[in-house]
Amino acid sequence: MALVLTEEQSMLRDSARGLISDKAPVSHLRHLRDSKDRIGFSKELWHAFAEMGFAGLLVPEEFGGSGLGYVEAGVVMEEIGRTLMPSPFLATSVVAASALNHGGNAAQKSEYLPKIASGSLLATLAIDEGAKHRPLQTSLQAVRAGNGFKLSGAKALVVDGHVADLLIVAARTAGSAGEREGLTLFLVDPKTKGVAIERTIMVDAHNAARIEFANVEVTADSVLGEVDQAAFLLDGVLDIGRGAVAAEMVGLSEEVFNRTVEYLKSRKQFGKLIGEFQALQHRAAELYVDIEITRAATMKALQALDADVAKAAAAVAVAKARAGTTATRAVQEGVQMHGGMGMTDQFDIGFFMKRARVCEELFGDANYHTEQLARARGY
Amino acid sequence: MSDTETAELETFRNETRAWLEANCPPEMRKPATSDADVFWGGRNAKFSSEPQRVWFERMRDKGWTVPDWPKEYGGGGLSAAEHKVLRAEMARIGARPPLSSFGIWMLGPALLKYGNDAQKKEHLPKIAAGEIRWCQGYSEPNAGSDLASLQTRAESDGDDFIINGQKIWTSYANYADWIFCLVRTDSAAKKHDGISFILFDMTSKGVSTKPILLISGYSPFCETFFDNVRVPKSHVVGTVNRGWDVAKYLLQHERAMISGMGERGVGRPLGQIAADTVGTDGQGRLDDVMLRGEIARFDVDEAALAACAERAVDLAKAGQAHPAFSSAMKYYGTELNKRRHEILMSAGGVDALEWESERSGQGAKPRAWLRTKANSIEGGTSEVMLGIVAKRILDLPGA
Repeated sequence: MALVLTEEQSMLRDSARGLISDKAPVSHLRHLRDSKDRIGFSKELWHAFAEMGFAGLLVPEEFGGSGLGYVEAGVVMEEIGRTLMPSPFLATSVVAASALNHGGNAAQKSEYLPKIASGSLLATLAIDEGAKHRPLQTSLQAVRAGNGFKLSGAKALVVDGHVADLLIVAARTAGSAGEREGLTLFLVDPKTKGVAIERTIMVDAHNAARIEFANVEVTADSVLGEVDQAAFLLDGVLDIGRGAVAAEMVGLSEEVFNRTVEYLKSRKQFGKLIGEFQALQHRAAELYVDIEITRAATMKALQALDADVAKAAAAVAVAKARAGTTATRAVQEGVQMHGGMGMTDQFDIGFFMKRARVCEELFGDANYHTEQLARARGY
Repeated sequence: MSDTETAELETFRNETRAWLEANCPPEMRKPATSDADVFWGGRNAKFSSEPQRVWFERMRDKGWTVPDWPKEYGGGGLSAAEHKVLRAEMARIGARPPLSSFGIWMLGPALLKYGNDAQKKEHLPKIAAGEIRWCQGYSEPNAGSDLASLQTRAESDGDDFIINGQKIWTSYANYADWIFCLVRTDSAAKKHDGISFILFDMTSKGVSTKPILLISGYSPFCETFFDNVRVPKSHVVGTVNRGWDVAKYLLQHERAMISGMGERGVGRPLGQIAADTVGTDGQGRLDDVMLRGEIARFDVDEAALAACAERAVDLAKAGQAHPAFSSAMKYYGTELNKRRHEILMSAGGVDALEWESERSGQGAKPRAWLRTKANSIEGGTSEVMLGIVAKRILDLPGA
């Protein structure tokens, strides 16, 4: 498989870029932030996403979706990264749709997937509990009660948590924190008694929530996949999310870089364009190389996911680790090279820095994934 | 790719795999560990072992010393897709390249693009067959990063040029049969416009070489002197005074070659090599957390660079590659290779310091470590590469 976009993928990119750059430039995010928008995204844009087939991009055709792959999901994520558009696409269309698609039984798939494809259902995965992404440390308890389970515990950084119609909750039905055995995924209606949702306004002005579960009763039918055996399913779903976030970070990095290079070509000091200074030229060139390498690694990971989700872990770890360090470097150089302007809220560059910081924490940061690779290679 | 093409490629893969299994001697299926393991060809070439000879001759007879060159010039005539399959199949069994040669890596591509028919017929088959070993006369004592300021003169004398001057860092000039050389044919023109690209025999009267001892204790480079060397004008490749075009084209290939020099992804993972000397903790992790982190970061970057190298080939095939991208790869690949050897030295500790013992293979580790320091200098320094990226790709002003 060549590491370049096919013609169809390029067309998909162009149509995503057309819609997003037209309807959701960075000013769109700024407006949502400043108006303290209640839902934190545009319903109108989400409907447009559904109409273009993006909401159900990963949903199989038999359930009303487009039946496309992770490379295509990455194409859309990259465009989202360029303008920082707040969208349910990541949580609903990528992560939740993949969880249902890979883990759901026939009834669950036919109940939820068509609604995701039509844009009428928002869903999200509730995984993190502590300050850092440590999926195996999951300790939210699910104890058997009658025919079902009772959930107790708390989740953090639940993307779109306050607007989701369906929560996919990682819980522990056996074993203890750190063990692979004993994890179970549950489909939970957020309106169920005992669910308390606090929207957490984050540094990047994107949606996130903390959710507490106090003896929340769910039926046995709400188990996604098999009881105690969710680790394998979670590995795949999280890797899909990681690949998608890496793609978002590639788009973000490249946009920040392009804006910075344009600034180097227009800002004058000491009677020269600052882009004439070799100190800045070399740093810009290094960053360019970094972004190109990370783009290739991310494409490689998305292709690996399309080939076989279960065998993509190493490629995904490389991509997410690279995306983290590259985006961090891109936004830091972006702010620094814009000088005082880069520090102002009026200028867009700071939005990129803030979003990059959140993307870095989403589904594991560069250190986490670098360590995963070391383990996989046996040292 | 159509179904028929896919099926044909699969047939090619199966045939290639079977042929390699049958024809690549087991001794040639592990990485070269010393200079003697590498076969460079040439008039005075000697094989260091029987398997080396057998492997070279079998590959030569198939045209697979230069798999993607046209058959009429001794190549294999493979398509880009077939070449990729052959490389993958060779990598699968760890097969060594049968022939190492600046003729293959550098001069050949330039001749295929800029050479005339007579030059191609004369030189390419001898490169493919390993009969002539070439060296590169580019750098001069006062023309390093600023290569175009070179001063070696070629003065017209009837049908010949008379060449006078000095080159430096000429790799293996003392073993080479012929040289491809940049000379100044018009000293009045602007520096890029008076250069010609010319070929001549190193046994010509007036050519002499002197090896340069490096910090590694080896002498892979020479000073090369030209004292009234007479060369026919027909040996100029391309147009007289337009040699810079040829030089630049060739440099792209040289940079691609150098960026690929690191032993990427072959053999044991670096972390396991380090475990031999550093040891592991109860959970099997390297017993040096900082070194472990350094190695893991290296592994991430190495895997990402491998993806980028693959993508660069695919972009070129799709006609979407930027011609200066090889400078980006050269910069990153060489810096990464230096990092690799810093890690190996750190992991090796005291064991990696021995210089002359049998145990250390005559100091293989420290010598290899020191050798890598040249990677980011030869073929254009990292700083020059970054300058090229800034100017030609990013279009920054005044670069």
